[in-house]
Amino acid sequence: MTENTPDLTPIIEEAAGHDPAPPAADTPALRLDDVGKTFGSVIALRNINLHVDPGTVTCVLGDNGAGKSTLIKILSGVHKPNSGKFRVQGDEVDFSSPRDALARGIATVYQDLATVPLMSIWRNFFLGNEPTQGVKAFGFMATKRAQHTTKAALLEMGIDLRDTNQPIGTLSGGERQAVAIARAVHFGAKVLILDEPTSALGVRQSGIVLKYILAARERGVAVVFITHNPHHAFLVGDRFYILNRGRMIAEFVRGKVELEDLIQAMAGGAELETLAHEISSIR
Amino acid sequence: MSFLTETSNVAVDERVARTPWYQKVLRRPELGALLGAIVIFIVFTIADTTGQFATLAGAAGWTDFAAPVGIVSVFVALLMIGGEFDLSAGVMVGTSGLFAGLLITQLGWGVWPAIFVTLIMAAVVGYINGLLVIRTALPSFIVTLGTFFVLKGANLAITKGLTGTVRVSGVDQADGFDSARAFFATTFEIAGVEFQISVIWWIALTAIATVLLTRTVFGNWIFASGGDSNAARNAGVPVNRTKITLFVLTSLSAALVGIMFLLRLRGMQAGQGVGQEFYYIIAAAVGGCLLTGGAGSAIGASIGALIMGFAAVGIPYALWDQDWVSTFLGIILFSAVLINITISRRAQGGRTK
Repeated sequence: MTENTPDLTPIIEEAAGHDPAPPAADTPALRLDDVGKTFGSVIALRNINLHVDPGTVTCVLGDNGAGKSTLIKILSGVHKPNSGKFRVQGDEVDFSSPRDALARGIATVYQDLATVPLMSIWRNFFLGNEPTQGVKAFGFMATKRAQHTTKAALLEMGIDLRDTNQPIGTLSGGERQAVAIARAVHFGAKVLILDEPTSALGVRQSGIVLKYILAARERGVAVVFITHNPHHAFLVGDRFYILNRGRMIAEFVRGKVELEDLIQAMAGGAELETLAHEISSIR
Repeated sequence: MSFLTETSNVAVDERVARTPWYQKVLRRPELGALLGAIVIFIVFTIADTTGQFATLAGAAGWTDFAAPVGIVSVFVALLMIGGEFDLSAGVMVGTSGLFAGLLITQLGWGVWPAIFVTLIMAAVVGYINGLLVIRTALPSFIVTLGTFFVLKGANLAITKGLTGTVRVSGVDQADGFDSARAFFATTFEIAGVEFQISVIWWIALTAIATVLLTRTVFGNWIFASGGDSNAARNAGVPVNRTKITLFVLTSLSAALVGIMFLLRLRGMQAGQGVGQEFYYIIAAAVGGCLLTGGAGSAIGASIGALIMGFAAVGIPYALWDQDWVSTFLGIILFSAVLINITISRRAQGGRTK
């Protein structure tokens, strides 16, 4: 159980002051143009435009029911959009399963469904990508190599775990998310989609995860950070999209936006003021 | 921004102690079963009135009982680690013995072709079990309970219909009986004591299952499918294929034991094997398999079967009333599972719930 940074605050503060997004690359890692999705008569998403560059963190903010889950499922290949264009590295794509998305380098880390708690850290790290040795048909796992690689890959991301043989369930929630992020980066994810990675975590644990989001960004990965917490998004994001009732209602770029703007935009501005007024009148 | 990826300044957390060797031992899932086996062995050695229990002759006795239970238990354990049950494994022993016996006596087949086709039949039954569990998304407990009763009825009805009795006999007249018997149901000698060949099969299959589980990619998939099938699917593990394969392996192991009984007893009773499925599950659970899947060991299940062998031989040797064997096994099951859970909670390092 490691938390490598005894004191997190300075790192997060430094992270908050990180360089503005590099100039937009010629071909974005992901791009949605006018994408819509309906389930029967329910319009889950409409006219969604999204632009995700390599080596940046793109935050998608939205309250419950805003359409965040549907958006993740489109990006990760679970759902097909009904309208609009979905481009990956400039090529228009039509995913029919998450495996197709994975093959294009799009990895998704789900909030609770990323790791198998009873399995050891190294077994989790290589799950689905097991290294083999000897006669291929027998499928012998290169266990020693897997253990060493796991330790090295985690260290590279700044995660120090002494014993990769311990069940991953003995780690804290933040560390498990960190291992899942390191795993995606190690196996060459170009786009990393994070589904509410901090929502179930405390302040310190969230700090750990945010740190590894920046570590992934630094390695040139395009991170899509989906959250309902504007504070967390503001600390690490380069570009911010606000999703509300199935529509993209605002878009901000780092350096030209304040935390208050994000909160305000998320809550729907006027709604929050009305709410604040109502609450103050009750008190 | 290099502070994030430089390995040199990764702080060593002072709160992480090195994993002590004894904790690694405590983490072994078969530890509870092993300790239990030692205690039970000592108890029966002391209670023994014949002076035979702790000798080579005694060992021939308890391994004779344990081997056929152990062979199936090992694969039932893999299936349980994969998150599923097979209640039809016991009756499958009878079905396959009867099936092979009827092919030989009614259709006049040679023993070897009959064995070959019986194994295919068993694989198909296992495949159907697996497919039903996956397609219907019903608990495997219910699906295989259904298979259990379907086969139990079929065993009796078909045997009676074709032979007019509840027994298939006369297989020893057929072609290849002696060579098949030498392979599946002969005995071998250690220092003048006769052991069943099934003991060799049991040890070999335990070793193979252990390697499969702990050293292969498929083993990793077994743990993942049983531990959290959603997370496994997200990571790209073919969960359905893994589970169906496990059902097929379980059914095949039961067929192997059925064939062994058929050749050894030169015939088969229609009721053979019924009730054995609980022995397999008890052995697997005593051996450290979680009933919810995701953890366990093949060696543990074998030790569980060995404990049953101790009880089956030790109780009459101690001149205790034989009618209490099941009660004894029930108490063993209960205490072994309790010990396993306590130990594994300790070994998880303080995160007790």
